Amino acid sequence: MIQYLTNNHEIVWQALQEHLYLALLPILFGFAISLPLGYLAVRFSWLYHPLINTFGVLYSIPSLALFVFLPVILGTKVLSPVNVVVALTVYTVALLARTVADGLRSVDPVVVQAATAMGYRRTRRLIDVELPIALPVVLAGLRVATVSNISLVSVGSLIGIGGLGQLFTRGFQLFYLEPILVGIILSVVLAAIADLIIVLVQRAVTPWTRAA
Amino acid sequence: MITFEDVVKVYPGGATAVDHLSLELPTGKITVLVGPSGCGKTTSLRMINRMVDPTSGRILIDGRDVTQQDAAQLRRGIGYVIQHAGLFPHRTVLDNVATVPVLLGKTRREARTAALGLLERVGLTADFAKRYPAQLGGGQQQRVGVARALAADPPIMLMDEPFSAVDPVVRAQLHAEFLRLQQDLGKTIAMVTHDIDEAIKLGDHVAVLRTGGRLAQFATPRELLAAPADDFVASFVGRDRGLRSLSFDSAAELPVRPVDGIELDDAGRPVGLPGVFTKDDSLRVVTDLVISSPGGVAVRVGPDGAADGLVSHHDLADYLASRRS
Repeated sequence: MIQYLTNNHEIVWQALQEHLYLALLPILFGFAISLPLGYLAVRFSWLYHPLINTFGVLYSIPSLALFVFLPVILGTKVLSPVNVVVALTVYTVALLARTVADGLRSVDPVVVQAATAMGYRRTRRLIDVELPIALPVVLAGLRVATVSNISLVSVGSLIGIGGLGQLFTRGFQLFYLEPILVGIILSVVLAAIADLIIVLVQRAVTPWTRAA
Repeated sequence: MITFEDVVKVYPGGATAVDHLSLELPTGKITVLVGPSGCGKTTSLRMINRMVDPTSGRILIDGRDVTQQDAAQLRRGIGYVIQHAGLFPHRTVLDNVATVPVLLGKTRREARTAALGLLERVGLTADFAKRYPAQLGGGQQQRVGVARALAADPPIMLMDEPFSAVDPVVRAQLHAEFLRLQQDLGKTIAMVTHDIDEAIKLGDHVAVLRTGGRLAQFATPRELLAAPADDFVASFVGRDRGLRSLSFDSAAELPVRPVDGIELDDAGRPVGLPGVFTKDDSLRVVTDLVISSPGGVAVRVGPDGAADGLVSHHDLADYLASRRS
């Protein structure tokens, strides 16, 4: 395996970078979309169930089907990385919109009321009070979405799009175990490191959850 | 002064919470709204800072209709304390207290310095400043809640069952500190409670509301005990109101007999008694002492603690009878 790595470190390094990029870009997009969606689902409570159910259905679409199907809708090329980014963004939103909504709903109504009574306007209350208190729940969702995305990117290689998954397809085509092993290990390590980073960020920004 | 002018609140669905309420809450005094659940006391309180808007009628603060003012601005000028305090769990005690000054545009540093002083004011040491609400007991949380409400020095404070979530010992302590604080600050306070004893103990004025949101009586605690307006108020105030009304009568005028037959120490202080009273105590204290002391007499002491008079069952009964006529 070491032999394989030394001979192919450029390919592996590039696959790793692609993998990271294809997994994390959707997290950024997905988070940006989920915040307002989750907020709306709480603000207008009749929206909560339709929204959550819609994304529940989207999440249940097999990723491969979505990768293949998206070019038809988006008019993109079948081999375009945009398909993977869009598909994973959809999955991220499916997970995170719900967590954002549940996080906001977990805020004690008495606390929201106290904030209002002290003279917070709606937007500032959301930013200063509700979102920070919802953060532990939101970040738990973010961990799931991140790890899930890192594993899903590999599926993209079946339609010929980058990432560590390409090492799998290469290994299968050549009946060669090394690239498969390297791909699996790097993918797991990547997921573990990403998860750890989120946990560390969470510890830094929510010290109050460890009080008492 | 806070004025309710013929205020009605009907909730969607038709439930009347407040029914033609007219009331004046005098400046610098504590007015307690008390009544059974469903009497509209909390709704009335929350109409003052526009957490609820009235269906009809007006609420004026110093002559200005609250519904004509920007709600958030209005609220920043009104302190608000609730049951369980409602502290922000993600902020330290110090930052909780600094909340409103920061909203009003003070820098965080300025607001924190002022907040530290306020913590002391409500009986918390600086050690508490860096803690989070989850690390405090109920009574301590409530103190922080009061400090937070006082932080911007608002002329008006609204308090919704502020002391009902703490145990009786802590509550009595908070009551005493609250009254002492109010003596210094002289805020216009509107407080809601379901506990008539609390209302009588803390209120300068008490508004008794009945189910359906109608005002049954607005009076001083003393008047309330002496002359309840109707059967509802009488039964709400409770059976032992005669005895409780003695809390408002001073023992200063109570005649005493010369000290005799009581064991005294070298300084003339009585020995072995369950308690003594002074001229500053109320007749309720004296009555309790007369009943509970073994010899059936209450001993009065002077400022130095030396006994200077006795009151017996008969003396007290005669005095109470003479007050009636």
